[in-house]
Amino acid sequence: MTGKTLFEKIWERHVVTERDDGQTLLYIDRHLAHDGSFNAFRRLRRLGLPVRRPDQTFATPDHYVPTHTADLDGLPDPKAREIVKAIDANAADFGVHIFPWGDRRQGIAHVVGPEQGITLPGLMMVCGDSHTSTHGALGCLAFGIGASEVAHVLATQTLWQRRPKTMRISVEGTLGFGATAKDVILTIIREIGTAGGTGHAIEYAGEAIRALSMEGRLTLCNMTIEAGSRFGIVAPDETTYRYVEGRPFAPAGEKWQRALAFWKTLPSDADARFDREVVLDCATIAPMVTWGNSPQDAEQVTGRVPDPAAEADPDRRHAIEQALDYMGLTAGQAIRDIAVDKVFIGACTNARIEDLRAAAAVAKGRRAKVQALVVPGSGLVKEQAEREGLDRIFTEAGFEWRLPGCSMCVANNGDMLKPGERSASTSNRNFRGRQGPGGRTHLVSPAMAAAAAITGHFTDVRELMEER
Amino acid sequence: MEPFTTFRAVGVPIDIANCDTDQIIPARFLRYLPEDGGGYDRYLFHDLRFDAAGDETDFIYNRAPYRDARILVADLNWGCGSSRENAVYVLVANGIRSVIAPSFGDIHYNNCMKHGVLPVRLERAACDRLRRQLHDRPGAEIAVDLVAQTVTGPDGDVYRFEIDAFDKERMLKGLDDIALTRQYDPQFEAFEKKHRELYDWL
Repeated sequence: MTGKTLFEKIWERHVVTERDDGQTLLYIDRHLAHDGSFNAFRRLRRLGLPVRRPDQTFATPDHYVPTHTADLDGLPDPKAREIVKAIDANAADFGVHIFPWGDRRQGIAHVVGPEQGITLPGLMMVCGDSHTSTHGALGCLAFGIGASEVAHVLATQTLWQRRPKTMRISVEGTLGFGATAKDVILTIIREIGTAGGTGHAIEYAGEAIRALSMEGRLTLCNMTIEAGSRFGIVAPDETTYRYVEGRPFAPAGEKWQRALAFWKTLPSDADARFDREVVLDCATIAPMVTWGNSPQDAEQVTGRVPDPAAEADPDRRHAIEQALDYMGLTAGQAIRDIAVDKVFIGACTNARIEDLRAAAAVAKGRRAKVQALVVPGSGLVKEQAEREGLDRIFTEAGFEWRLPGCSMCVANNGDMLKPGERSASTSNRNFRGRQGPGGRTHLVSPAMAAAAAITGHFTDVRELMEER
Repeated sequence: MEPFTTFRAVGVPIDIANCDTDQIIPARFLRYLPEDGGGYDRYLFHDLRFDAAGDETDFIYNRAPYRDARILVADLNWGCGSSRENAVYVLVANGIRSVIAPSFGDIHYNNCMKHGVLPVRLERAACDRLRRQLHDRPGAEIAVDLVAQTVTGPDGDVYRFEIDAFDKERMLKGLDDIALTRQYDPQFEAFEKKHRELYDWL
């Protein structure tokens, strides 16, 4: 008998029932809700149903909250205000946990979950947001679902799913100077494509992954959905346990010991088989910048925008032409010659304390040439950054220090690009119009975003780091 | 949910690979729901269909007879990206009942099924062929038969597709998931009791 993967071990422990046709009813340990989940609650009200296990749902507003003022009336749109306020009423009426607007624990759901110890190894978790894959960094199965599925989870604490295939991506070697988890995942997506992981659950493994901090692993797993997969997982280890211990919703005392003993059984067995294996060597990974409208359109900062004429595949050639046209770039242009109008440091990808430290290290003592927003992932991240003096480093460098939320990643709160404007953004999607109609988004790491703010164009952050 | 058995309608080719749900419906419209009224159908492909001044572009879905299409034939990785179910509400608001593509974003695929929109996976060559035929013969119809699991192209060629048996059953009967799941309550109670004993630290 062959061994089991981390994925299989967790999945099998959550099967309520499995039908002959392979459809599985899964038990959901914990569910995260956000302001954008309003239509799922509305559906529940319409059906006249309660939340089956209110203690297992945790809500916080993030998608629509303002970042320049604590006053919700500062939101440009009355509908957005209504949505942010609705989460309080939904939480009160249905009895679920809430970290409301103004609470220091409020923030982006995918930052709050791990931070509060809601996210734990071995759990089955869901959230009505595709970036729920983030939480797999702690060694749990966490996946994004639609609003109907959210309503189903609220009403039944379960979800029907078919078991995905498994894929292991091993990143071997040691990350080079200036290369971060963001560069690792952008390199992976470039390698396997935005549909490379479709229908699969991805386990990240290898020396470089084990060496990542928890923040780095969260960044990595966050963008798993950009590789087409709903699940990105890293096996729990000492880094995980150190991160989890002592958090408000994590087990403590004797329970901690029992949990720990269980978690240690979770990593994939040595003889476990994956449906697909991909191996990457760290030597190929350097600071990345995306140039197109798909996260797979990524290039090293020292590289150039591709030339469609050099592309043999006609579909690919057409796609590159379309992207260059939308992005206002010319074939063969050096990435470093691309000037930016706005910089965004934040999002569930890169709004944790380590991300802010990396950006601040570059910004320190320098001056931003373009508007730069720094949006911490939660009130607690913001407080910690302020204790460390990062807010002052940013503001002295001309960066704007904002309140926690999704902000310019989804551009729902007024933080956005104008048509034709170009951003260096630490978010996860460079789709057309993602940061505002006609806006042009380039995805980068926090340090690379800070470097672009300082110089006004994409810059190899390693050069700025070496100056120190 | 409206059941899906067979459906025949004009098809529109959407020649965009990796068409993400932000293209299907931009995020700034997610605050509205179809029941709010106000021309929800206009949000479909909004930023592809309308320029900055709000004027119609030459995007194919703006053009007759494609504007009346109720079946989309798309390219690789249709509906990737955000989990927004609004990307399905807006298809329904336009009367679209089926999307045929070589591959789908996993979340969007599941979302479609909740609203009686049948996602059909066909091989890439078949999708390319169908799109070409729809370009060559504007207004041509496609038939989708869920019972037989077939798509019939404008030229009468028949393509078979695969679908999960449970998904098929739910679509054919228009079953509501929550009501169906409640039938498993005894299994749920038994499972949860054991689960809570095993993982009492949770």
